[in-house]
Amino acid sequence: MREIMVRAMYCEMLGYDASFTYIHAIKLAQQGGVLEKRVGYLAVSLFLNEGHELLLLLVNTVLKDLQSTNLIEVCMALTVVAQVFPKDMIPAVLPLVEDKLSHPKEIIRRKAVLALYKFYLIAPNQVQHIHAKFCKALSDKDPGVMASSLHIYLQLIRSPDSYKDLTGSFVTILKQVLGGKLPVDFNYHSVPAPWLQIQLLRILSLLGKEDQSTSELMYEVLDESLRRAEMNHNITYAILYECVKAVYTIHPKAELLEKAARCIGNFVLSPKINLKYLGLKALTYVVQHDAKLALQHQMTIIECLDHSDFTIKRETLELLFRITNAQNVTVIVEKMLDFLRSCNDEHTIIHLIGKVAELAEKYPFNKPEFMNTLLPMKYNSWFIQTMNDVFSIGGDLLQQDDPNNFLRLLAEGSESKEEDDQLRLYAVESYLTVLKGHTSHLPQCFLQVMSWVLGEYAHLQESVDRREVIRLLTQLLDQRSVSSETRVWILSALTKIPEGQTDLILDLAESLSSSQDTVLRQQAQELRHLSQDSQLREFKPVAVVCVFSSQVDSSLSFLDGFVSEALAAGAAPYKPPHQRQEELCEDRALNLEPYSFSLPVSLSSCSITDRQSPTLLSVSSGLSGNSAELSQKAGSSTLILEGVKRVWGKDGYLPQKEATAPPVDEPSAAVQPASQQEAAERIEPRPEPSTQNQDKQQLASSLFVGLGVGSSVSLLGKSEAPPPRFRKKPRPHESSSSSGTSKRSSDSSSRSSRNTTDSFLYGSFPEEEPATSISTFDHTPKSTTANGLSQNKDTKEDRHANTSQILGGDMVIVRPSTIQDKHPPSVSSDLTALLPADLKDLPHSDVISLTSDPSLSLSSCRLFRDEALLLVIFISNCTETVIKDVAVQLTLKHKHQQMTLKNFFLLQVFEFMRLILMNSILSVTHRPLVVTTEEYGKLWLSLSHDVKQNLKLLTDAGDPLRTTLNALKDALQLHVVDIIGSEGIVACRLLSGAPCLLHCRVNGAALAMWLRSPHPALPDFILYHCQRALAHH
Amino acid sequence: MIKAILIFNNHGKPRLIRFYQYFAEDMQQQIIRETFHLVSKRDDNVCNFLEGGSLIGGSDYKLIYRHYATLYFVFCVDSSESELGILDLIQVFVETLDKCFENVCELDLIFHMDKVHYILQEVVMGGMVLETNMNEIVAQVELQNRMEKSEVNQVI
Repeated sequence: MREIMVRAMYCEMLGYDASFTYIHAIKLAQQGGVLEKRVGYLAVSLFLNEGHELLLLLVNTVLKDLQSTNLIEVCMALTVVAQVFPKDMIPAVLPLVEDKLSHPKEIIRRKAVLALYKFYLIAPNQVQHIHAKFCKALSDKDPGVMASSLHIYLQLIRSPDSYKDLTGSFVTILKQVLGGKLPVDFNYHSVPAPWLQIQLLRILSLLGKEDQSTSELMYEVLDESLRRAEMNHNITYAILYECVKAVYTIHPKAELLEKAARCIGNFVLSPKINLKYLGLKALTYVVQHDAKLALQHQMTIIECLDHSDFTIKRETLELLFRITNAQNVTVIVEKMLDFLRSCNDEHTIIHLIGKVAELAEKYPFNKPEFMNTLLPMKYNSWFIQTMNDVFSIGGDLLQQDDPNNFLRLLAEGSESKEEDDQLRLYAVESYLTVLKGHTSHLPQCFLQVMSWVLGEYAHLQESVDRREVIRLLTQLLDQRSVSSETRVWILSALTKIPEGQTDLILDLAESLSSSQDTVLRQQAQELRHLSQDSQLREFKPVAVVCVFSSQVDSSLSFLDGFVSEALAAGAAPYKPPHQRQEELCEDRALNLEPYSFSLPVSLSSCSITDRQSPTLLSVSSGLSGNSAELSQKAGSSTLILEGVKRVWGKDGYLPQKEATAPPVDEPSAAVQPASQQEAAERIEPRPEPSTQNQDKQQLASSLFVGLGVGSSVSLLGKSEAPPPRFRKKPRPHESSSSSGTSKRSSDSSSRSSRNTTDSFLYGSFPEEEPATSISTFDHTPKSTTANGLSQNKDTKEDRHANTSQILGGDMVIVRPSTIQDKHPPSVSSDLTALLPADLKDLPHSDVISLTSDPSLSLSSCRLFRDEALLLVIFISNCTETVIKDVAVQLTLKHKHQQMTLKNFFLLQVFEFMRLILMNSILSVTHRPLVVTTEEYGKLWLSLSHDVKQNLKLLTDAGDPLRTTLNALKDALQLHVVDIIGSEGIVACRLLSGAPCLLHCRVNGAALAMWLRSPHPALPDFILYHCQRALAHH
Repeated sequence: MIKAILIFNNHGKPRLIRFYQYFAEDMQQQIIRETFHLVSKRDDNVCNFLEGGSLIGGSDYKLIYRHYATLYFVFCVDSSESELGILDLIQVFVETLDKCFENVCELDLIFHMDKVHYILQEVVMGGMVLETNMNEIVAQVELQNRMEKSEVNQVI
């Protein structure tokens, strides 16, 4: 069987399917002796992946073997655990693996540490409790165990803050290693424990990053290891490399930097190709901090550019990319494009082409100052040429962003209109030239870009006949290699080309109207109608103006009026899908639990149970009419956008104005040599005897121009923050960029909302509404007279202890009994004066009297602390006799609360939370959020869940808005950020930190309230309370 | 972390593969083919590092390889490993094989695949470097071999 299993493994390796043996591998591991086990485990770890269902069968065997006394069995079990165990099986073996950390044999300890590291990688939170044990492993007497624990620390220290105190230990370890304190066994080529050193250096560099005091601890040892590592062997270079990186990562120290720089020199100049590679890598890393270093090695870098090794070349270009500035960008980009032309590795192309595009877009109007006045348009041509190269080389491998960015650059332009037009003009010209040539090999995305530009800006070029443009584009349409997507682009370009030429267009539309592709057919139809109907053409420019002058309003506020009208007419307010979902869930919850049971009493004042629209009756009639109107409206607006927005530039209907720009016919080839020469002149050429080197020298000087002392500032500036990109007009440029960012932001907000759900949960859980307290506060006169009730009291306190334990302890502080003996009940309003000193200053709600009888009176008050809600219960003795003991039993009547106290299941709690939200037991959980108007604006855009509603406006005083907001502020602990005219903005947040922003606008007699929050249920909740507060007012 | 260890001969026939990150069967074969394609066309006098390649992990991964006579030893690692360190680790691994098999050759890898795996298990465990000390590795393997022998004797 063993032999067969080995052969099965061999078959699998060769790529044949041997899945029928999987089960036998498991059997072998389960039943065999040690030898069979070994083969079985090996086969299992090779065959099965983490998600494989057969793994379940293995858990018991592994558990058994972990407990075995046979060393080898334990080893095998640990290996297989580290290899294939998935997340959900970790808890089963975790305690056993943990035990192995204190196993007498060091090989077991070591494997256990690595297995735990693997667990940490898969499920960090499951091994959180054993961090202390990692620490023990670090100080293990066996260096091997210590070495493997470094793996864990390397991972942990990626968030270094909590491990700064370990710096000392790491430095000591490294010192000991360097001092040869380890057993000779650990030497490799007479270097003491090199891999250990590498790990330690990495850890140190992570620790010392941007932290001066920590860095100071390690200067000495770094210096030491720089000095020690002088022997001429690969592994010492590995250490040196790490050392250099560490020196440049931590807080800089001049002396060390100098030494490290010398080391880099050794690397770069080394004849060994591997070292050269590492040297280049180190340089790439270092130039971000110190650009002059590249200057020292410029000749080597030039040689590397022509190196036969692909990897070296690539690395060199990477380095050049880092040192690019406005003056050398042309040469560097040229080099990169050369490389790309000779390269056929897809991955590399994608990687590099993106960088070229980035560079080109970074310096679109790239021009050294001295040429600025003479030949400005030449540099536009450079940009266009480069982008042409990018598109034709990168082709369809390009990320979608690149062409989009390019087009945006063209469309939005810069500050100077003249420059823009020249750029566009040149683009049009160069594309016409390209199209006149052989086009069948061009990538689709390049064709798309060309057709867009021609459609948009062909009118700028007067000298070219429009018929010619149309002819070229039509030619493209006829080509078989052109994809249908590109055809659509071309057609829309044709639509944009303005007047005349009806005959050509009609021909075209005719031929396409029988196309198989429906989209094409539709466009052809539109095209025909457009060209025939002159009235429509007249109409277009006007529409364009409005489209361009209006800003993109992501909140669709222009529909607000319509929406409020519709609401006023009785339509149901829009609910986002997630809310609808939630409501469905609620419905389900309601089926399980009688609604009235969990309702707070006060809700009965609202006549309508729908929390969405308590003030508005939802009438389904009239809804259909509204929606039809809506769709009509939407339809008309999209029509305008479709036909017009992309078709015309903002000056599209005034072609004669731009056409005054002179045609530019500069040969682009002249550009680069000129810049090179000029650049070379700027840097003083070194005396160089060999003429062969002349070229290289020149190249070098053009490459490293701007890296010298004079302009190092600009480079440094670059490394900190990229130089101002092509400046954009302060016009909204949402079109392509916003989609990305907004997606990201919504992404993050959805993530954060999940987070807040958790914390929200904890935050909300222990809250108690006084209204419930009334019914739940069970005051029994019997207990006042009974003696020896201290036992009772104890149990009560126990329960509280339990509660807060279960709840994580940090959220609720229930002060169970503040006993004020002999206090007359009449002065309950002054009860707050009796609060302990540390609570006196907190904002508090009114003291509510809960219940009273002849002997005792109870009242309660809520205190708002930043991180918690305190519920203070005052107990006053109304009689003249002394009460010895009071038993307070706090029964939580709320059914769910009781349940969750008993079994704290996440699921139930979730259900519970939702119910609580709905029933507003949470009423006291939020705090004012103090922000400025600007912060508010930023925050507003980043929040995703919103709710709109019209509320009643308080009209009893002079300024209704202000009055209303103040009333809300007082009732609900809100912060009024600003009031501008008829609009006011208000903010609050949850205890857990989730903000909720409110935007209020006076709309006739109503207050249009618009709430946003990262938390899906929070706006509804706040809104509900606003309604309540205003209704009570 | 080491993502995969591949050993194949000059013709691209796999001799040992070990993945520390899950890939589907056909994907594994594709990775082997691509890696072989990348590695085999490189001269012996160029550097031992290769970046890029689209299959494993994208840009955060490197191929570090050594070429011995008829075999390529390729380690796919991510950026958290030291290049030269891994290069020497390959050397250690090969030297260990040499010691265990006494003049190791391609045939040993074919006929004693399981043993090679056991040795590898002592060097790399679950993608992490476990042991870099050759003597220690050999000692562990010896221990297991002894056990094997004793068990065989018992049977006889």
